Amino acid sequence: MTAPRFWRNIEQRYRLVGTECETCGTAYFPPRELCPECRRDGDVVEKEFSGEGQVVSATVVHDAVGDYESETPYTLAVVELDEGTRLTSQVVDSGEGERVEKGDRVEACFRRVSDQGDEGIVQYGTRFKPV
Amino acid sequence: MLRDVAIVGVGQTSFGEHWERSFRDLFVTAGVRALEDAGVGGDEIDAMYGGNMSAGQFINQEHVAALIADYAGLASERVPATRVEAADASGGLAFRQSVLDVASGASDVVVASGVEKMTDLGSEETNDALAGSADREWEVFGGGNVAALYALMARAHMDRYGTTRRELSEVAVKNHQNATENEYAQYRNEVSAEVVESTPYVAEPLRAFDCSPASDGAAAVVVVPAETATEYVDDPVYVEATEQASDSLTVHDRRDVTTLDATRKAAERAYDEAGVTPGDVDLAEVHDSYTVAEVLAVEDLGFAEKGEGGEFIAEGCGSVGGETPTNPSGGLKACGHPLGATGVRQVVDATRQLRGEAGTQVEDASVAVTQNVGGTGGTAVVNVLSDRRSA
Amino acid sequence: MGAGIVSYGGYVPRYRIRTEEIARVWGDDADAIKGGLRVESKSVPDEDEDTATISVEAARRALEGASVDGDDIGAIYVGSESHPYAVKPTATIVGAAVGATPLMTAADMEFACKAGTAGVQAALGLVEAGRIDNGMAIGADVSQGAPGDALEYSAAAGGAAFVVGDEDVVAEVEDTVSYTSDTPDFWRREGERYPQHGERFTGKPAYFKHTEGASNELLERLDAEPDDYDHAVFHQPNGKFPARVAESLGFSEKQYATGLLAPEIGNTYSGASLLGLVATLDEAEVGERIFFASFGSGAGSDAFSLVVGDGIEERRTGLCETFEDVEHLDYARYAKHKGKIQEE
Repeated sequence: MTAPRFWRNIEQRYRLVGTECETCGTAYFPPRELCPECRRDGDVVEKEFSGEGQVVSATVVHDAVGDYESETPYTLAVVELDEGTRLTSQVVDSGEGERVEKGDRVEACFRRVSDQGDEGIVQYGTRFKPV
Repeated sequence: MLRDVAIVGVGQTSFGEHWERSFRDLFVTAGVRALEDAGVGGDEIDAMYGGNMSAGQFINQEHVAALIADYAGLASERVPATRVEAADASGGLAFRQSVLDVASGASDVVVASGVEKMTDLGSEETNDALAGSADREWEVFGGGNVAALYALMARAHMDRYGTTRRELSEVAVKNHQNATENEYAQYRNEVSAEVVESTPYVAEPLRAFDCSPASDGAAAVVVVPAETATEYVDDPVYVEATEQASDSLTVHDRRDVTTLDATRKAAERAYDEAGVTPGDVDLAEVHDSYTVAEVLAVEDLGFAEKGEGGEFIAEGCGSVGGETPTNPSGGLKACGHPLGATGVRQVVDATRQLRGEAGTQVEDASVAVTQNVGGTGGTAVVNVLSDRRSA
Repeated sequence: MGAGIVSYGGYVPRYRIRTEEIARVWGDDADAIKGGLRVESKSVPDEDEDTATISVEAARRALEGASVDGDDIGAIYVGSESHPYAVKPTATIVGAAVGATPLMTAADMEFACKAGTAGVQAALGLVEAGRIDNGMAIGADVSQGAPGDALEYSAAAGGAAFVVGDEDVVAEVEDTVSYTSDTPDFWRREGERYPQHGERFTGKPAYFKHTEGASNELLERLDAEPDDYDHAVFHQPNGKFPARVAESLGFSEKQYATGLLAPEIGNTYSGASLLGLVATLDEAEVGERIFFASFGSGAGSDAFSLVVGDGIEERRTGLCETFEDVEHLDYARYAKHKGKIQEE
């Protein structure tokens, strides 16, 4: 990811700043500027998520794309945040031999997601760890 | 549709690692075969739709419709050529757009083609290109990839419905078995469930043999108005319905992570338009990019209840001779999966079945369904074809 | 209370490697090493952790439930020897991660292991001058020791963050004194991966001279004695040096025991003395006094005299409790975590 593309979403990646449609009350992370429920009638505003949630489904990835190959095996999960929205992220610090399961409570942590070799910018972001 | 459409010619290259053959070699071969099959000359073609997911990444080439038209001898006829893309549903889109073009009355003879040249890249770059069918910003960034996303769906399906590892393996076993008679398939060897389960993990529970291979290949189909079809061939195959639906790009935004609503909706629309029910379907070519995808497909197409797709396969209901044979061609797993070509190849194989010319033939096949999915399910195209012989 | 610490937080990654395991690989005598260094294990970062991520985790812990939030921070200084970039500050990454941007000043500091305390002094200066309401100083590192070198037994990962201000202060800074000279006891040239050190030269002319220099000067200025303090925290490159400097200054084991983390987590470089302070603040009672002196090679020591005030109870962080959930690694996994071996 190039520098401008990464920079544009720093608030989202570092602090889970998403959006909320005040018209229907749906929270969105990743953020959406257009609420699919209300479309042009939606009044969408910024919202910072707590970073707490639970695992919906998890897998252990052995074959990864790009930078993530050096991190395998790692756990990838769909996490449902307490505010109701879902996202896809790695779950770290789960312990040797411990499997991450549906229903496990998790919380956000700040990690170095990708560094694109020795020359590019370091891309930080939010991952999750078991509570 | 304003007027009915029929398929009068089909053709494809074999699928596999075609080191000596380039992108343009592949589609020219497939196109020529389809035109010959239809008895149609290049100067009779009114339009061409080309499905291709990622020539930009695989061979750094854009403007591929123009390239295809040019090398297929259609550019000299100034034929309008359009490239359509929906990840690995690009072929399905190309077919559907071709049918709509004829149905609307805008064109009388249209070629639907699909082509992908994947093997010029190393595995790292190939996997990166594939990941473009998922959400780069919010699924791939941080560690997601298409196999892992299907694995998440598989785990959820196993947790909720008790689908087993063995049931997934049976999809691969069945499809390899079916492909032994398919001269165009990439893999014509049988595999056992034990072999499938001994291959290394890609993303748990999916193993290497749960995943369709990267391939090179092309396929093409010629469509005309139904009313003129018998001027070309004695055994046209009729397009009873061609429907398409969208769903969220990401798996995490789906209504239910164990269902592809795009397939369900496209199927609902297609059955409605064709005036058939799932029970009327004699065979289906479905999108087994991963074994679990076939389990979901038999459920979402209505052949099995939600949650019973694994059993359906394991009990032989999807085998030739069973209730609703799925992937008698060998599916993506054994035929190979050149991304943009698959959706057209499914139509080619369904057409052969309805003509009685398939390798692994379903007896008395009269109504066929094809299901083509983009990525993890953001797009689905469902077609219903029939020979109208029993009508 | 005068200006001082408003809130604080520490973060140490959950992985460890034991001295025995490193010794096994290099054929060293583990008992001799443990006896000499008094380090039983050290902390190891996860593959996706670095100085920036550790700084953010420490900063977030410092702000959790505090009277101050990201918006109120007017300055952030991050001190480290392992900043992720040679040019581009870690402090702005922390600022963005805690919501302190854009109205703040920021800079990174380098002074070997005392870069974090230099940051505390700088932030304190801005507060006491009335230029900002609250500032944050962080000391964090993912330190490197060359494979097979003695430093490998102690070079660890961790960091601590301190919010300073003059309101809601839970530990007042009575005074701070520094003792600095140009002493090349330990260094790393630009582009080199691992540092060089002067072996025994890092002791008397460096660690002890500067720590004693700053400490004695501070005690003199305050007209105080070691006995006037309830707690003492010194820089801890291993478990031995802080014990020895405490003894030479006149502090007892009882005073420094709470803040001595090196035997368990090793030397977290810029995080070391500050993490010792975190552990101490987690135990110190209202009215108690804390003597604190950092040391950074190059060389210098920053000494502080602190008085614990009301409100400390609500600010405690339970850092040492987090050490109960750790995972011990073998050398191969340790090397992979630290990037000593990488897939080509």
